[in-house]
Amino acid sequence: MTGLTPLLVDSLFPNGIANYALGGFLIGLGTAIIYLGTGITAGASTFLESTLSYVSDLPRFNKAKYVASRNWRVVFTLSIVSGAALYTVTLGDGWWVSEVQPWRFALGGVLVGIGTRIGKGCTSGHGVCGVGSRSRTSLVNVATFMLVAIGVAQLLSALGVSP
Amino acid sequence: MSNDGRGLGFLLVVILGGLIFGFGLGLSNMARPEVVLDFLQFDDFGLLFVMSGAAVVTGIVFALAEASDSRAPITGRNYGRRLKSFDKNVVVGGVIFGAGWGISGICPGAAYASLGVGNYPILIAIGGMFAGAYLQGLWRARRADSAARSTSAD
Repeated sequence: MTGLTPLLVDSLFPNGIANYALGGFLIGLGTAIIYLGTGITAGASTFLESTLSYVSDLPRFNKAKYVASRNWRVVFTLSIVSGAALYTVTLGDGWWVSEVQPWRFALGGVLVGIGTRIGKGCTSGHGVCGVGSRSRTSLVNVATFMLVAIGVAQLLSALGVSP
Repeated sequence: MSNDGRGLGFLLVVILGGLIFGFGLGLSNMARPEVVLDFLQFDDFGLLFVMSGAAVVTGIVFALAEASDSRAPITGRNYGRRLKSFDKNVVVGGVIFGAGWGISGICPGAAYASLGVGNYPILIAIGGMFAGAYLQGLWRARRADSAARSTSAD
């Protein structure tokens, strides 16, 4: 007997649930290890500003907190790249290249860069660290970007933009 | 604050955390913009498990650390909550970030991880993020300058 529940699960989660849940657990674990060791809630987007302090004289990018953290943020980012590479060569199914159109990456990237800096964080800063801290600011930010992203992605899809 | 860069122990913790974080982004498929776009288009709801899975772990660990009344061993910092002040920028930034996420399927952490799965075209997005962060900083600096001029002109 094929019940309704497995059918529903299949259609909502065509790629299963295990990888998503386990991956999410590890994302939280990585964040938690850094927090337990250092007391720092490490988001991924501050790397953008702190790294710009190496090449820009703008006081905005050379605040003490950026200059003091820019070295370890580079190490953190390189570790993220390495961790994903480690996954790819162990449990992954080989190197992978996106087919999303370059203009989407370019335009989306610029907006993400502007938006995370105005909004004080990104999916890891607000979405993982902030939500984990039960921060109302972060919950508002996450709800806002989720709703807008869903609207924009659905609109592009309706306009026939793919991939 | 300037002591954050102290020593090998600090770096080892950052490296270990970053490796696990990046491995998780790979395993959860968040390093693939297509999968994120599938979620936003309601074709695959797996991302809900990624975000809630991560937030459950940090929620529990953060709460226990805060309640423990101890300090972080490497930096001596208090286990404070990540609480950023609320103002309209939080919403404006969320809207702009959401638009970018919906167009491209990428966010900062996942974009770095995407390089690690071999997705070299993501360099366009990472370049875009740096350009966006720079433009935002430049604009804010200009605005601060003109505000300073107009007050000193009195």
